[in-house]
This record gives sequence, structure tokens and C-alpha cells, in this order.
Amino acid sequence: MDFEPVIGLEVHAQLATHSKIFCRCSTEFGKEPNHNTCPVCLGLPGALPVINRRAVEFAVMLGLATNCEIRLDSQFARKNYFYPDLPKSYQISQFDRPLCEHGWVDIEVKGETKRIGITRIHMEEDAGKLIHEGEDPNASYVDLNRAGIPLVEIVSEPDIRTSEEAKAYMEKIHSIVTYLEICNGDMEKGNLRCDANVSIRPNDKAPFGTRTETKNLNSFRHVQACIDYEIGRQIDVTLDGGKIIQQTRLWDANKKQSKAMRDKEDSHDYRYFPCPDLPVVDIDQNLIISLREKLPELPDDKKARFQEDYSLGHYDASVLVVSKEMANYFEETVKNGATAKTASNWITGDLSRFLNETKTSITESKVTPERLTGLIKLIEDGTISGKIAKSVFETMFETGKEALEIVENQGLKQVSDETQLREICDEIVRASPSQVQEYKAGKQKVFGFFVGQAMKQTKGQANPQVINQILKELLS
Amino acid sequence: MQITGLPLHRLHQKRLGGEITTLQIVQAYLERIKAVDKELGAFLYVNGESSLVQAEAVDKKLARGGKIGTLEGMPIAVKDNFNTRGIPTTCASKILKDYVAPYESTVTRKLIENGYILIGKTNMDEFAMGSSNENSAFWPAKNPWDLERVPGGSSGGSAVAVAANLAAGAIGSDTGGSIRQPASFTNIVGFKPTYGRVSRWGMVAFASSLDQAGPMTQDVEDAALILKAISGHDELDATSLKVEVPDYLRSLNQPVKSMKLGIIKNLDLESCDSQVVDIYKESINFYQKQGVELVEIEIPNLEHVVATYYIIGPCEASSNLGRYDGIRYGLRSDAKALKDLYEESRDLGFGNEVKIRILLGTFALSAGYYDAYYLKAQKIQNIIRHQFKEAFRQVDAIACPVTTTPAFKLGERINDPLKMYLSDIFSIPPNLAGLPALSIPAGITKNNLPVGLQLIGDHLQEGKLFQLAHFFEQNHPIEKPKLMI
Ligand SMILES: [Zn+2]
Repeated sequence: MDFEPVIGLEVHAQLATHSKIFCRCSTEFGKEPNHNTCPVCLGLPGALPVINRRAVEFAVMLGLATNCEIRLDSQFARKNYFYPDLPKSYQISQFDRPLCEHGWVDIEVKGETKRIGITRIHMEEDAGKLIHEGEDPNASYVDLNRAGIPLVEIVSEPDIRTSEEAKAYMEKIHSIVTYLEICNGDMEKGNLRCDANVSIRPNDKAPFGTRTETKNLNSFRHVQACIDYEIGRQIDVTLDGGKIIQQTRLWDANKKQSKAMRDKEDSHDYRYFPCPDLPVVDIDQNLIISLREKLPELPDDKKARFQEDYSLGHYDASVLVVSKEMANYFEETVKNGATAKTASNWITGDLSRFLNETKTSITESKVTPERLTGLIKLIEDGTISGKIAKSVFETMFETGKEALEIVENQGLKQVSDETQLREICDEIVRASPSQVQEYKAGKQKVFGFFVGQAMKQTKGQANPQVINQILKELLS
Repeated sequence: MQITGLPLHRLHQKRLGGEITTLQIVQAYLERIKAVDKELGAFLYVNGESSLVQAEAVDKKLARGGKIGTLEGMPIAVKDNFNTRGIPTTCASKILKDYVAPYESTVTRKLIENGYILIGKTNMDEFAMGSSNENSAFWPAKNPWDLERVPGGSSGGSAVAVAANLAAGAIGSDTGGSIRQPASFTNIVGFKPTYGRVSRWGMVAFASSLDQAGPMTQDVEDAALILKAISGHDELDATSLKVEVPDYLRSLNQPVKSMKLGIIKNLDLESCDSQVVDIYKESINFYQKQGVELVEIEIPNLEHVVATYYIIGPCEASSNLGRYDGIRYGLRSDAKALKDLYEESRDLGFGNEVKIRILLGTFALSAGYYDAYYLKAQKIQNIIRHQFKEAFRQVDAIACPVTTTPAFKLGERINDPLKMYLSDIFSIPPNLAGLPALSIPAGITKNNLPVGLQLIGDHLQEGKLFQLAHFFEQNHPIEKPKLMI
């Protein structure tokens, strides 16, 4: 029996404002507990929230970048529940009048483009953090530095059908928020996290099944793994004749499985109502126009431009535009004189691999666009071979030296001088009579032996084309 | 020489004339507090020593030839739901019994900027929920005109402080009548400004969309003085209005002839005490005789205001009071488990009336009930707002009683909350509509009990209220009742 999964994601992104959403406290990460607090974010009696207009602008930018309608009179609401990390016992969020609605983004999986609807994007404040280790082993401690950091929650339509699509969607949202520079996008610090709603149904005509929600997925890999797990679990339960119950689940990244947190019956009744301390968020058309004008080029547009301007393939362009920094790096390299295709190969290939392995960001790479261009030029003018270039690149990546300097210091220049290479080849042919015999008897493969010997004697620096030509002559 | 009991603007004149010093003023009030407040219960905290030091400083400044403002050095009492830095701020609740405010409310900050002396923090119904001051977790305040009667609430302590001459003036807060009703019960002036005129920053929230701070004073001029000092836009309160504050003192002596006073045609006077009705009628007749035109108006949905108020108020309160959970500050039970900690702390910390309102609000906001209660109440609120707006096309102000009865006896209504709630019918509409309203002394019943007259103004038209009230006060002298203490 086949099942079709139906998936919707709720992505929370921390907005990169300098101050919190309803007070002037700093949002700086890593301060000692409760350092960035004031009467407002501590929830002291009598304190009142005032909206940070910058946070609203960031959220509007996101709405525009995801093709949403922007509500001109959106409203904050209180979501009431008790938890020690929630100092007011309500979270100021948005309910029936969110800031952005009815948007979409395009994702691409296996070369196919698919449009994922965005139901809504609303603003809210983050909660604090509980710390379970401290002086008293039986106590828990509350750190409210994070309380009041502005968040946007981006709720997708249930348009996603596979875990790959979910991952691609999450990556797309990550790209957009970092392109807009409204979110730092550091998932390890929780800048971007997501809840996944998953259900299954027998076929694409059937009504949606009962869904579960898995909370707090903070990496692209976790999103994919968790959804695969949940689809499998629901299929197993269904095939065993069981029923899926509506519940909230928690993902355990170590065990790679989720467990039920609470069923629907014990779910909170949040008693939403409009927050009386905050007037309607007034947004005028002029603000929307000016923010729209200020929007940077977004990933999809950039991809199209890269394909057009640099004659890049679809795949190369897609990979390059995932991050703004990588796209900028690429353009910088080409501007310095590198061929676009070669630059793209290096950036999406060796450079990305080294960056990943060393967990370095592209902006911190010791191989700058200028230096990469230098390396590419040395290959293109025949100074070094492609093979040597790979080891030169590795040295560049480690030391930050110029390609030319490394090539000169280590004597890695390609040898193309015919007289010099002919002497070497003569010597090899003379010293290997049996191989010559085999070759002449028709064993074409032995040719490789001669090339190998020549490369070995020149430490790989011989121009392979010249060697081929000479050897063919000598052996004919 | 008489000091206590004089309006503060007159004390200031005497001070400038060299008849008295600031120190003498403050000493006189402190002595009076010492003498009678044990009986009256108006104060939860008295700021003795530091008041005297501040008073001396003001006198020195004056002696040096310095210019001093009217409020400078004046001992003013502040309701205990305003945060006053470094000083206990309990809201008359056990849950905040030992809570010391770490920051200053905007109202008191503005008073500090005017040089006032905080003489003490006054008793109130717990978290401002009540109309009798009997809901104070500590002790009830008593009406100085009849010690067996309540002073009204929730700003009962502030009313007693002014009425019994324990402070030169006071600050109260008004959510459904909490300034005006005790003012009416104690023969003083109580003014609730337009919603948003005075910043709510640092005033502990009961029902955020209705709460508004205001002055409680010996006379209308004092009210104008204090209101001017505490009004104005505040960046810390997003609901505070960005409008200029007029000089209310200039409104005081404007002629009232040919002003139009609205009389609500469909007012239910049946349920009122007959003496309250008599005093109300006599008051509007007085205005009429003085050339004020009485205009009949209709506020058709008036009968729904109590129900509406008792939905919106508790809904907001249930959310506002969630923060008193024993986690960060305030009373905390010894319970080990989180859920027990919440339940026990809140059970021990809150009094019955507060619990009732939290339950009411929690219920009304619950899934499935929201539309039937909160949403409907908001709709009625909008209708009432609109009806007042329409009425103010025809009139400058509206007159009506403040409350249905004079001060009632302590304990009389404790077991009849509905009767208590219903007596707020005249004081609630201005809060629901966000309009300014005041209570001025209008008459005395046969039992020596004061009764106030309520004047309701249009949005931001505090000036007209001062104009009408000041005229009434100056030209319609009423016999002051006899203080019982
Ligand atoms: Zn803060």
C-alpha cells in the first residue's frame, strides 16, 4: 500500500535587530545570564511593551521577499500559558491579524521547481531559557537574555510532500532571510529553527490524515531525518491497523527518533486575545514601497542572472546562489578575470569542500577571490597543470599565500619544453625494451606506463599533451 | 494655624507669603497621619524621615531666593499600585507583600520632576479590584465621615488620605470608577483623564485598556495642577497619546454660560438611593439656573455596561496577573514541583476577589467562549464609544451620578458581589469609552454622607470638565460634612 506524506513547516527566525522587540535591551548573544534585561523583558509589574519599528520593517521585508500580502493594520495578541521561561506568563505574538499572509516561495528538488505556499508570517517575542545546572543541583535557573528577542514565524501551507522538499524549503527560507540580512541564520545558535507538521494519506485525492507536530528542529539534516522518521512511523502504525493521534513530538537528534511530548487532549488553551498594551501596527503604503525598493537581489533572481550573464548551467547557478556570500565571492572572482565556468567549478568544488571540512565561512577563507583568480590564471596560461593546481590550492587554503608564490617557491611550474621532455622520454623508451615490444605488439594499454614514468621523473610537472605527442612519435 | 485640609495651591500661597514653611506643612500631615491613621487605615507605607529632609531642602531653596513650583515640597500620597523606586509597592496584595519597586512609574517620575514629596503609599482594593477597599489584603480603610462605612474603592486609601487631611493631595487609578467613586464617597475631587492622557508606565496593570491614573484632591484647582503635572506623551507607553497638554488652570475661570450639559434620558435612576437622585437633580438644576443649557441625550446601550465591563476587565486581568507565579518575585510557596509551586503561590498570594476575576477572565477567554464573551463585549464597547461620540456632537459635557448610593457600611456587600458590581453602572461608561470624567462634591445626605456629581467629557476635553466643575465648586457651596476623626 502506498502513502502520500503531507508536510507543513513552521520556521522560526530570530530577527537580527540590535535591541529586543518590546524594550531597548541588547540582543547580543553570549552575555552572562540575565545581563540583557529590564523591567519589560523581566515582566515586572507595571512594565509595558513598545514595538521596535526596525523589527516590523524586517518582517515586512521578509513578507515582500516571499510574495506575501502585507497587512496594514496587523495586531499583536497575547498567548497565555505558564512556564518559568515566560516572565509575563504570556507571549506577545500575533493571532488573527498577522503581518503577512498568502505568499509563496519556489523550491527545487531533483531539477524540478515546485511552489510552496506560505500561509502567514507573524511576529512574536522569544522566551527565555531554563538552565538545569548550577550551584544547587536540585534547582533550575532562568536566563531571560533571550526573552523578548524578536522572532518571525513563517508558516507554510501543507504543500510539501517529501523530506527532500522540506529540506529544500528550509534552505530556501534560510537563503532568503540571510540575503535580506534580517537574520544571522546561525542554526547552531538557534537563529533559525523549525517545527514539522506531518501526516500521511492513501493517495493524493484523499483528505488529509491526522497530523503530528515535531518541535525544535535546528538543522537542515534534522528536518529531513525527522520527517523521514515520522513518515515511516505513521506508515508502520497505519499498516499495523493503528490510528495516528494528534500530538506534539520531540526530536532526539542523537537517537534519530522522536517521542511524544503531549497529546491533543493535554494541549494548552492559549486564550489568545488582542494585547491591550499595543496599538494596531500601523503600516503605510510608503513604507512598503520604500522597503520594496531597498530589497536586495534575491536568490531566484540571482540564479536567473547567473545563468544568463555567465552562461552557467542551471545546477551551478543554483549551488552558487544558496548563500549571498558565495554568490558574491563568485562574482568577485569573475570580475578579477577568471572564466566563469572554471571559477564556479572551483568554488562549488574544492573551495566548498575545504570550507565545510574546516567549518570556515567563505568570507573568512584565506583563499580570497583575488587569490583564486590568480590560481585559475596559472592553469589557463599553462603555467601549472590542473592536477598540480589542486595541491597548490590546498597550500593556499592553509597558508593564505598567492598561487604564484607557491608555484615558484616549490618549483611546480609545468614543463612544456620539448627538447627537455624529449630527452626524458628517449631515456625511458631506451630503458624499457620489453614494454616497447608489448606496445608494438598491439598492447595499447602499455602507453600509460610510459606516460606514468615521464610524469614521475618530472614530479608531475610535465605538460601531458607534449609528453603524449613525443611518446607517440618515439614508439611509432 | 490650619494647615491640613487646605488645598495645596493655598498652602503654596501661604508658603510664598511666609506664613508657613514646607517643613511645617509636611510635619503637620505626618502628625495627623500619626494621630489618626491607625484608625483610618489609609496608608500602607509612610515615608516619614525622608519627607522631612526633602521639605527642609525646599525651604532652604526658597530662603536662597529660589523659585519653587506649587507642587514642590507638597506631601502627596500615591496609591500602592504605582512603582516608586526603592519603596514597597504591594498593590495591597499578599503576593507582593515584600516587593520593593526597582524602577519609577512615569506618573511619580513626573511628580518627582515637579519636586513633590511622596508622603506615603495608600491602601487599596487588592490589585485595584473592588469598590470598597475591603479587598485590601492588609486592612480595610475607613470613611472619615462615618467610620463604620467604606471609603469606596479601589483608590480608597488615597481618598481617605485627602478627605481626612492626611496628605495635601493624592494619586489614584481608575479602571471602572476607582477614583471617582471613592471621591464621591469622601467628599473630594477625583479626576479620571482621557485614556492615554497619562502614561501607564509603572502603574501595575489591572485591565490595561481601561486603567488610567488621575488626581484626588481637596478642590478642582488642585486637580488641574496635578493632572497637568502627570499628563503627557510617554515613549514607554504605546497607548499614551501624542498630544499637547493644555494648561488646565486656564480653563478654571472660563464662563460656563450657554455651555451645553447632556442629561442622559434613559438613565436608570430607579435603582438609585433617593437622596443621591435628589442631589443629582438639584445639581443640574443649579447649572441650568446659571445659564447652562441642559440637553437630553441618549446612550441606548447603557444597561449593558456592567456586563461588558465585567468581561473585558477580568479577561485582561487574568492575563495581566499571570506573572505573579512565584518564579521571579513576590510570594513563593515551598512546593517542589513546578505545578504545585504555581498553584500554591497563587492560592496563598491572591485574595478572593482577585481569584474570582482571574477565574471569570480565564473562562471568558477559553476556547469556544471567546466569541460569545470577549468579542461580544468588545463590540458593545465600540457601540458605546460610538454613542458617546454622537452625544458629544450636541453637548460639552454629560452629567450623571457617580454611583447609585452614598458610602455603604463595612461588610454590607461583601457577600453580595453582584450588588457591588451593579453600583458601578454610572462610573463604568467613561472607562469603556476612554473618556475623561470627574467627581465633585455635590451634596450631603441626612446621615452626614457626601455625594458627588459626575461630569463626563469628550475625548481630550478635560479643560471643559475643569471649567464646569470649578464653576460649580465656586458658586454652589455645599456644607462640608463633619469629620468623625
Ligand atoms: Zn528588556
